[in-house]
Amino acid sequence: MEAIINMALLTLLGVVTLAIVVQRSLLSVVILTSIYSFLMASVMIVLDAVDVAMTEASVGAAVSTVLLLGALYLTKSREETPRRSRALPLLLSLAVGAMLVWGTLVLPPFGTADTPIHQHVAPRYINDVMGEVGIPNIVTAILADYRGFDTLGETTVIFVAGIGVLLLLGGLRRQDPEEGTPEDPS
Amino acid sequence: MNSDVILRVGTKLILPFILLFAIYVQFHGEYGPGGGFQAGVIAAAAVILVAITFGHSAAKRIAPRGLVEHMVPLGVLIYAGTGVACFFLGGNYLDYGVLAHDPIHGRHLGIFLVEIGVAVTVSGTMVALFYAFVERGR
Amino acid sequence: MQAFLAFADHYSYVITILLMVGGLYIVVSRSNMVKKLVGLSIFQTSVYLLYLEPAKIVGGTAPILAPDFTVYSNPLPHVLILTAIVVGVGTLALGLALVVRIHEAYGTIDDDEIKPQDGG
Repeated sequence: MEAIINMALLTLLGVVTLAIVVQRSLLSVVILTSIYSFLMASVMIVLDAVDVAMTEASVGAAVSTVLLLGALYLTKSREETPRRSRALPLLLSLAVGAMLVWGTLVLPPFGTADTPIHQHVAPRYINDVMGEVGIPNIVTAILADYRGFDTLGETTVIFVAGIGVLLLLGGLRRQDPEEGTPEDPS
Repeated sequence: MNSDVILRVGTKLILPFILLFAIYVQFHGEYGPGGGFQAGVIAAAAVILVAITFGHSAAKRIAPRGLVEHMVPLGVLIYAGTGVACFFLGGNYLDYGVLAHDPIHGRHLGIFLVEIGVAVTVSGTMVALFYAFVERGR
Repeated sequence: MQAFLAFADHYSYVITILLMVGGLYIVVSRSNMVKKLVGLSIFQTSVYLLYLEPAKIVGGTAPILAPDFTVYSNPLPHVLILTAIVVGVGTLALGLALVVRIHEAYGTIDDDEIKPQDGG
């Protein structure tokens, strides 16, 4: 049953991706991206990744969409018809896709428990987390405790990205009066 | 901003529940799905919803620009400060066991503080990004 | 029937690669920068799927310990992808800010129209 729901949602995801590829109006692309994120969050719930699904639904579908809409408001919302040839990119993409599909043939089937990924680190986390950290949500325990350095670095990345955007868009109030920004869209 | 009455009333109705949900996700993250990232983004989404419905100045009354911009580094400081506190209490950096008398309680406290740090940075950054894009358009 | 089951077992990987190739195609073939960023984030999302699919055990449950369950999905990929999603929105915002600045400087967000302005 889980596998069937997963297949149905993944099919919808593929359809939305194709729609994003062919769509020319950037506003429609942004709305489709939002739909894509919600579908992705649903797939993640089926894959038992509830924490990740919650993040994807709030970050991907809400904040990313708002940021993309903001950027579209400041720029153009229509994509020009392409001038360069599309044969070479299509050929490249298909070649890469064919090679990757060939590579997946040796991967273990979906949802089996005896694959290498489930043998090594995960059982230790699942068995020892109650004794060592004492909180039942294993994802939070790994995120904040076992891999605390990882999350510290990641919080720093968010901090740096925020500072970068504030600097680029002149969000910081302390601005150099001499160094005028190139404002005129010539 | 002269928007739809349904949108305005609906926003007012739903807003406390969004914020309450953010707090629930933040503090229940150790027992159910959730944590600092999710809570931060949900809280930021509430501010963005106010900005979209009632206009930019209304959102700035809830979350002033200066506050939001100070939240961006403050969260990283809380996170790193927790690590330094562990350091001075005799443990390794980010080894929360020494924060309380019982190692398990210390870990609970450490995870709690770290998640607050993450939530502060993430919510501050998301709102600051939104403000930056909005104010560029004026 | 046998062939269908084998296909169903690997269907999720095929879709993951379809998403990846779709993102790659957008990035390579389109000259509009916002579209390129959307393609980049689709590519990124397909990588999330690539990590999360092997972590799933059919019949298992989400990795939140409860007395009634014994089989849990692998929590480690969830943590890695949780981090990746939040970093992803950071990079997307930075890219969009650059696009806005490019639009202010050149009056266009199309790659092909910027190169002539630079005399290239």
